[in-house]
Amino acid sequence: MFDFSIITQWFHSLLTGVLPEWVTIGIECVIVLLFIILLYAILAIALIYMERKICALFQCRIGPNRVGKWGLLQVFADVFKMLTKEIIKMRQSDRMLHDMAPFFVLAASFLTFACLPWNKGLEILDFNVGAFFFIAVSGIGVIGILLAGWASHSKYPMIGAMRSGAQLISYELSIGMTMLTMIMLCGTMQISDIVQQQADYGWNIVRGHIPALLAFIIYLIAGNAECNRGPFDLPEAESELTAGYHTEFSGMHFGFFYLAEYLNLFICAGMASTIFLGGWAPLYIPALEGFNNVMAMIPGFVWFFGKTFFVVFLLMWIRWTYPRLRIDQLLSLEWKYLMPISMFNIILMALVVCFGLTL
Amino acid sequence: MPVFFRKQLTLREFLCILIKFIIYYTTLLFFKVMNFTLLATVVLTAILFVAIVLVMVYFIAPRSYNEKKEEPYECGIPARGDQWGHYHLGYYLFAILFLMFDVETMFLFPWAAVASALGPQGLTAVLFFLFILVLGLAYAWRKGALKWH
Repeated sequence: MFDFSIITQWFHSLLTGVLPEWVTIGIECVIVLLFIILLYAILAIALIYMERKICALFQCRIGPNRVGKWGLLQVFADVFKMLTKEIIKMRQSDRMLHDMAPFFVLAASFLTFACLPWNKGLEILDFNVGAFFFIAVSGIGVIGILLAGWASHSKYPMIGAMRSGAQLISYELSIGMTMLTMIMLCGTMQISDIVQQQADYGWNIVRGHIPALLAFIIYLIAGNAECNRGPFDLPEAESELTAGYHTEFSGMHFGFFYLAEYLNLFICAGMASTIFLGGWAPLYIPALEGFNNVMAMIPGFVWFFGKTFFVVFLLMWIRWTYPRLRIDQLLSLEWKYLMPISMFNIILMALVVCFGLTL
Repeated sequence: MPVFFRKQLTLREFLCILIKFIIYYTTLLFFKVMNFTLLATVVLTAILFVAIVLVMVYFIAPRSYNEKKEEPYECGIPARGDQWGHYHLGYYLFAILFLMFDVETMFLFPWAAVASALGPQGLTAVLFFLFILVLGLAYAWRKGALKWH
């Protein structure tokens, strides 16, 4: 597996040879900044196009096909349209909080985005408490959504924000617990270490057999709810609340929420592939030597994106298949089913780990 | 003799020392010990991204004034009543419950990282901790806090 840290270290030593250290660090930070923004924009466009095409497929439609070949330029047209729309300022709204809300949502999205391991040696934020950090910063998004709903000074955003807040904080518990389960299996919280272990000993979902599979299913359900998508999209249920917490946001202000929603889907899927499906680790089957060698030749980021887009497809499938839940059903699903099951799952995994029953 | 041990230390001197102390140790903590440079970069990226796009919109997008446009949306009829009025009490209850269980998962994380090393002994200790929490959840369930009225 190709190690990207060789390139980054070579680049660092090349620059420090010519320039003082603080200038080098500054240049590297600018490169990271551009890398994040570029990847973020490209992924958002790819995901929106993918969602529209897949949604059309499930509903026996064709989807966007007028702008550009196969509708490829549709998303660019949408972005341009959004940029040229007026940002309406409400008379009674709390102007400052209203303008601050997108910053919070995007900050949470970027911070979690930077936690993902793209390839071996190609992580942006890689703390020794990485997984914990991921859960902690994903909580910032809730503040943005609540601010958006509250500051709009309107009824629909208010109801939408309250529903969204209750939903996000409830399902955050399940996300935390499932990640806890997998951390127990890995014995480390550093995300690069978690992936490295899976490259060495096999994917977590295979290694942790029953509890890992349970955790994966719970993670997918809770992750779908965290993204405000699928059967859990009642904070922005169009038929009831017009657009939920971003009803009073127009133009690009709304665009930020839209962007963050799609990227959160990607981040959720990316974390699922990192923790359960081995991140950049290639497929490894013990008996087949030749097959493993071929698989190891495929670069890590291809594996990562392949697995992530597979999970994204799963989540989209769920979204366009199931009808929307009611708020009481949503909360009872989390508190009466997912939470007790994931607590039981923690104990199960602890037993598996303590008595060495891993595969 | 260091400044600390002098009898008369004016408020101004004291504040200077305090500020220097804080600046020195926060920079040390952020950039040397914890290596938060990248974290700061990512936060800056998010802020810059939003700010740049908003500035772009400010120059591109049209602006017009209309009194009706500034009113809160309510199905096309004039808004009635207080917008920040009432919301369901249930949300508050779930937030309180969330607080309890979120702190619980936070406490479990350090154990999870060393679970295999601690072995069955650590497990029994955590089982006791989990048992109390399950009791809490059972109490909330029994009292009807999980029911949406």
